[in-house]
Amino acid sequence: MDLQHVNVKLLLDHSADADLELLIPIFHSWIQAEAFDELLLDIADYRHVPAGPGVVLIGHEADYSVDNANDRLGLRYNRKAVLDGSNQDRLTQAARAALRACQRLVAEPRLQGKCHFNGHEMELFINDRLVAPNRAETRDATKQDFQIFFEKLFRGSEFTLAYESDPRRLFGVSAKAAKSFSVSDLLANLGS
Amino acid sequence: MKASNASWAKELAGKIPEQLAREIDIFEMEIGLRKQGKLDERLFAETRLRRGAYGQRYDNGQRHDGKKVQEIAYPSGDLTKGPHTLWDAPGMQRIKIPAGGLNAKQLETLADLAEEYSDSIAHVTTRQDFQLHYVQIDDTPSLMRRLAAASITTREACGNSVRNVTACPYSGVCPDEAFDVTPYAKALSKFLLGHPDCQNFGRKFKPAFSGCAQHACGLTSMHDLGLIAVTRVENGQEKRGFELYVGGGLGTVPYQAKLFAEFIPPEELLPLAQAIARVFARLGEKKNRNRARIKFLVHDLGIEKFRELVIEERKTLPHDPRWTDYIAEAEKFQETPLVPGGDGVAIGSVAFERWRKTNVRPQKQPGYAVVTVALPLGDITANQLRALADIARRYTKETVRTTVEQNFLIRWVSRNDLPRLYDALRTAGLGAAGAETIVDIVACPGTDTCKLGISSSRGLAAELHKRMTEKSFELDEPIQNLHIKISGCFNSCGQHHVADLGFYGVSRKIAGYAVPHFQVVLGGEWTRNAGSYGLPVAAIPSKNIPEVVARLTEKFVAGRTKGETFKDFVKRVGKVQLKAELEDLARPPADPADRSMFSDWGDPREYTLGDLGVGECAGEVVSAVEFDLAAAEREVFEAQVALETGETQQAGTTAYLSMLHAAKALVKLMNPNISNDAEQILREFRERYYDTQKFWDPFAGGKFANYLFDAHRKSAEPYTPDSSRYLIDEAQLFIDAAHSCYNQLGTSVKI
Repeated sequence: MDLQHVNVKLLLDHSADADLELLIPIFHSWIQAEAFDELLLDIADYRHVPAGPGVVLIGHEADYSVDNANDRLGLRYNRKAVLDGSNQDRLTQAARAALRACQRLVAEPRLQGKCHFNGHEMELFINDRLVAPNRAETRDATKQDFQIFFEKLFRGSEFTLAYESDPRRLFGVSAKAAKSFSVSDLLANLGS
Repeated sequence: MKASNASWAKELAGKIPEQLAREIDIFEMEIGLRKQGKLDERLFAETRLRRGAYGQRYDNGQRHDGKKVQEIAYPSGDLTKGPHTLWDAPGMQRIKIPAGGLNAKQLETLADLAEEYSDSIAHVTTRQDFQLHYVQIDDTPSLMRRLAAASITTREACGNSVRNVTACPYSGVCPDEAFDVTPYAKALSKFLLGHPDCQNFGRKFKPAFSGCAQHACGLTSMHDLGLIAVTRVENGQEKRGFELYVGGGLGTVPYQAKLFAEFIPPEELLPLAQAIARVFARLGEKKNRNRARIKFLVHDLGIEKFRELVIEERKTLPHDPRWTDYIAEAEKFQETPLVPGGDGVAIGSVAFERWRKTNVRPQKQPGYAVVTVALPLGDITANQLRALADIARRYTKETVRTTVEQNFLIRWVSRNDLPRLYDALRTAGLGAAGAETIVDIVACPGTDTCKLGISSSRGLAAELHKRMTEKSFELDEPIQNLHIKISGCFNSCGQHHVADLGFYGVSRKIAGYAVPHFQVVLGGEWTRNAGSYGLPVAAIPSKNIPEVVARLTEKFVAGRTKGETFKDFVKRVGKVQLKAELEDLARPPADPADRSMFSDWGDPREYTLGDLGVGECAGEVVSAVEFDLAAAEREVFEAQVALETGETQQAGTTAYLSMLHAAKALVKLMNPNISNDAEQILREFRERYYDTQKFWDPFAGGKFANYLFDAHRKSAEPYTPDSSRYLIDEAQLFIDAAHSCYNQLGTSVKI
């Protein structure tokens, strides 16, 4: 199974205090500075929608957002453009992009130290139902890929995987490590 | 582009109606031809529009990032999907939902598409459609196939075609309706979709149905074709029919639809619509799209002549069995409930009771209620759509509709189920109270995604929603019942003309800088199917609009007489006094260091209309042009006051002169010695601004200048109440355009 359109969500702490309005000028400054290799286009503001996509930095190859889907605040990377390479390459690319954006947010002075990655959780989705329908066969076909990827990411820690059970939702897995990691550690584990 | 695009056609083979499948295959082929340069960009643009694939802001490859204009380097380079519209630029996909009716499977399909092709948000429009934003054109055939497999089409959702046929979402359950218009709306929609007689319009054509004359839900007065259900007794039997209206529309200058016929029987509904379409296609304007809506044709011909032509056309139509095939079924049509009705429940929690008060209405069928799911700014997430599908299945026979107030209705809910349904909605984040009250604000996309947006309608709506919601249950009842509607520009997609408090985006210059403003529109009427239109009172900086709302509503509460509506209050108090109440809010900030006014709601970038010159005069100097334009604006307001006091001729003349004076203000920039002679002003305005395209809207072209030329040509003719009203709207738009023109010229022109 060729995993494309990998989405990664890094859970953030202190969601109750989160003031997503602060993200709008930050995302604008990322566009101004052409902060990533990807083409960044515009901001979509959905703060008014409960448990919604929050504030989205729309890009050509990928979107970045701080979303509150399922009432879980997190930084999400949504890979839209197709990528060559192996499944491990694509999982790593998406995780690395999300972690780098997270690193920027954590270090962002305008957030005054209020943004913290929770250090031990990551959600992964495949945003294409034909590529990866949410059913048992997909879980079986991808089990090894996810196992290899999370062993590398959470190096030295045990972890558990939980799958999304509603077949209508995107195929996805939530990984929880026994140990907590910094963003830099996770990037280092991925070889960045 | 999605990895799965190549596979959906095969995956859905046999699951899509053959005709629809073929059409989408052809569209996909046209995409391929355009990419190979074998299809002209203009032709492709109209092709994709007719499939509902619309452009979006910044699709010309430029975006002001707050510091400079950035060129957006898309991978496909110069390849376009229409004039000045780059291939890779994300676009908007509009999805037609006839009469707003949806089942659970369709809700789930929309959820999947919002997630996979857009940003997980589906947006309900003011015409019961859906829109998905940030969609790649290469993904649209897959998206359309998946919709088609759920019996939804995007065909003719945009372009010069018959748009979504809307209908009162309470049809069939409203105690005040004559009969359920749903099957007739669906029959008309099906009949006109792709009809050969509807393929050669100069502009779009929007039909709407209402079950009654008194409520707002159908908004038939502001539609190209409006149909209101009526009955009459013939030979002792009640017979169904429709009051037929034609030639209404909002747009830049709103027109009330004219009564075409007091009663047409169902068997004449489709053929008459066909005859109207033929007359519109044959005689409607084609070259000047700014006068191409049917409202101009009806106005120019007069309703009597138009009626005569349609009746003649009707006689020539070859018989079509589809005209009547549906009628027997339509008369029997009746939605049914999933469970028996109930007597209701005892008083619940405070939150439940608040919600029940504003979001629940009794149906005409005893024991059942209609529940409104209020969506903030018309937005719903993919997960919420799935939750709504579950709720629709659990409590009803999937009887869900979208509304023109950008909400959902769940119909046929047993009154006994209301607490459980409320809990389910609340769990999904869909249990907000305040439906159809002042917090339920309607807004078009505005500068968020629309190419034509001038001010941030959604940003303002979100801010007002937040402020109002915080105190909504402390607000007096008369305030709670007001409607706020916001458009990002003069094009009225937010339906600002028919709100109690309407706003549309304009720009003005303060201290040498462009500042986002909204025109405050008062006097509109939402009920009686949008029975009358408001007029602009004053342009106020965007950041001061919440204070405008606060002042006007406080004044209303303090000064209203018993039972007085806001519209009647505005009329009684008078716009002169209300305008005076707002005057200080139009002024620049007292502290020159206060920059808050120079950006829009939800967008911290310094506001710009494009690549503007930077102001040099930093504050104090107000140019003579600005004084002259302000004087012209005062004049158009005087014209409005004259119209309201019945001085029709005076109103028309003053409106015309206000345009002339605004034109003179601009001419004076280049010829300080310009005289007061109208001919000279017109001549020089034409040479210096129109012919050079300096007075040129990027999307409307020379439309606003033509308002002046037309007004001048007709200035010796007597004005009617209608013509002077239209002229006042045109004069305000001309002056708004003069401000924009002056802004675009920059401040380097010294006078």
